Amino acid sequence: MKQLFPAQHVMGFLFSLLLSLVALVAVLFDLSFAAGMTILVVTALVQAGLQLFLFMHVKENAESKTLYLNILYALFVGLVTIFGTLFAMRWGYMVK
Amino acid sequence: MKWDEFFVTGEPMIYAAMVSIVVVSLAIPIALTYFKKWNWLWTNWLTTVDHKKIGVMYILAALLMLFRGGVDALLMRAQTAVPDNGLLDGQHYNEIFTTHGVIMILFMAMPFIIGLMNVVIPLQIGARDVAFPRLNAVSFWLFFSGAMLFNISFVIGGSPDAGWSAYFPLASLEFSPTVGNNYYAIALQIAGIGTLLTGINFLVTILKMRAPGMTLMKMPMFTWSVLITNVIIVFAFPVLTVALALMTLDRQFGTQFFAMQSGGMDMLWANLFWVWGHPEVYIVVLPAFGIYSEIISAFARKNLYGYKSMVVSMVAISLLSFVVWAHHFYTMGHGVMVNSVFSITTMAIAIPTGVKIFNWLFTLRKGKISFTTPMLYSLAFIPIFTIGGVTGVMLAMASADYQYHNTMFLVAHFHYVLIPGTVFAVIAGFHFWFPKVFGFRLNEKLGKWAFWFITVSFNVTFFPLFILGLNGMTRRMYTYSESTGYGALNMVSMVGALGLTVGFIILVYNIYYSVRYSPRDTNGDPWDARSLEWSTHSPVPEYNFALIPTVDRLDAHWFSKKEGKPLATGKYEPIHMPNNSGVPIIMGAAFFFWGFFMVFSWWIPAIVFGVVILGTLAYRTFEKDHGHYISVEEIERTEKALRGEQHEN
Repeated sequence: MKQLFPAQHVMGFLFSLLLSLVALVAVLFDLSFAAGMTILVVTALVQAGLQLFLFMHVKENAESKTLYLNILYALFVGLVTIFGTLFAMRWGYMVK
Repeated sequence: MKWDEFFVTGEPMIYAAMVSIVVVSLAIPIALTYFKKWNWLWTNWLTTVDHKKIGVMYILAALLMLFRGGVDALLMRAQTAVPDNGLLDGQHYNEIFTTHGVIMILFMAMPFIIGLMNVVIPLQIGARDVAFPRLNAVSFWLFFSGAMLFNISFVIGGSPDAGWSAYFPLASLEFSPTVGNNYYAIALQIAGIGTLLTGINFLVTILKMRAPGMTLMKMPMFTWSVLITNVIIVFAFPVLTVALALMTLDRQFGTQFFAMQSGGMDMLWANLFWVWGHPEVYIVVLPAFGIYSEIISAFARKNLYGYKSMVVSMVAISLLSFVVWAHHFYTMGHGVMVNSVFSITTMAIAIPTGVKIFNWLFTLRKGKISFTTPMLYSLAFIPIFTIGGVTGVMLAMASADYQYHNTMFLVAHFHYVLIPGTVFAVIAGFHFWFPKVFGFRLNEKLGKWAFWFITVSFNVTFFPLFILGLNGMTRRMYTYSESTGYGALNMVSMVGALGLTVGFIILVYNIYYSVRYSPRDTNGDPWDARSLEWSTHSPVPEYNFALIPTVDRLDAHWFSKKEGKPLATGKYEPIHMPNNSGVPIIMGAAFFFWGFFMVFSWWIPAIVFGVVILGTLAYRTFEKDHGHYISVEEIERTEKALRGEQHEN
């Protein structure tokens, strides 16, 4: 019975709920912008990692190299889109 | 809303279109009933999950859209052929250049490419179908309902008129109050989801379903190009999905994302559109590079020169394609730093592309070249595409671009890239793989007539636009005065457009002619080609390969022919195949009606069809469908019939 009970997943699930609650702090309390953002970014990163490794079984796959490459590519495109947009539309926009 | 707002009125050409739509939509069911073909159509085509048939349907739809977009193009050329022309008014001209662009890119080039992928990829990697056959059918029907929804805008409600890039603020409710741009947002959204599903499907297919022994570096070049294309699709299309959703929210739900006030930013649309839009250019052009690689190496009778550098340059292009988008709007307020960065990244793309051009040239070097129709298109592609590429480098220089921006020079440039890059490629691929699907080749003589008409007329149509652009003619202007001096070159361009029409008519006539008169192939390898798809019969049986081939090197089929060693040995075993399903087409229809009601903001019917869409998903979730087995006896019977042997009994 002990082997059948998915203890790891239940713990993971509880932990992801906890992370969401921690993220709520950013709006519930009167924090400074920087402090709020820090809390959000950190909890989001931990949450994403938790989902990927615990619930989406990245490690358990025989071809996890392909998956890591894919995640890297996604990170590349995501970061380029976000920071590229900020660069083109905010930081470098209408600069004389 | 009144009826005269619902239907587009007041133009004789539109009335003619309405009549022809009604006639065709009555004629098809009547003909199907009369010839008792409903059942055949339903079981063999509409419910199919067979990748080859889905591919054929994609290509048929693409050819249909080629003619729709082509008529738009002819009308534009006719309108601008002489100064102060009154054939079309400004509004009608705006609608036509908008639908021309959207249809040619999203409903012609994309489905043609995806159709060829569908037909060829599983065969080329030695698989029996794609990874998710049912999902593949869903992709097709979503694309099809998106395309049809976009096309009816022409007679119901009015077409979008803010350009294919639909820049804000012009595309906002304030400046485009008709439902036209709602059609744009919703139809592209539906078709885009279909494309995204295709991307995931083929990614998994190529990574997981290759024949034993086919490592990544032994894959045919077309498969490589499609793999990389689908990676780009998976990462670029979500940006379009989000941008279109924001557009819908702005136009129909009162948000202010792309507004000029209230904290919105109109230029953010252009930014997001091109974050998707530039990779999109490579989505349609990379598979074309793959097609050319296959054809050039097959008809030069040599292996592809520089295989590894081909792969590396495609990977480089796929990464670079995501870091160049701002070059589409250099003149819209960026500082020097932004423009310099994007200039450099843009010019860097010319390097891997140049590598590929040289690889094709070296493949041709000392080859025994046979000048078949697909080969002619591939040979014409190299110099014409190079003109497109070089003018691209001219446009890439931000400071010089202030001269060219939004002129006919730009229009000429992207037609010089996309027509030889994509259209020639899909036509070449169409001629090349046609015998694989149907068991006979298209007539070579007619094919070559069409080729010469299309290639020569293409240059006559688009070369004058370079000069017109440098002389100052801007794009999208519906008329001009005689004193501008644009008349003569525009007339030359019109003549070219007529020549292109003749070429495409010959191309389609060739299909009819070849169906009737072409001699049937007997060995499944009419071109004496190199990759696995030519090792099975033509037309390909449902299960593709009776025995899965084993691969030990690139061009394994070629070496098996040379060395007389079969690729597959062993005994037949029952083959597991997926079942047909009516759910995808029902889902497509539900999406069509949902989209239609969304366009007109008729919420209650939209919600009803939204529930139907969810219902089809729920049905699939609880459906028990384990596919079917093809028995050994049936395989033997089919194989014998395909080899042309008689039945024993």
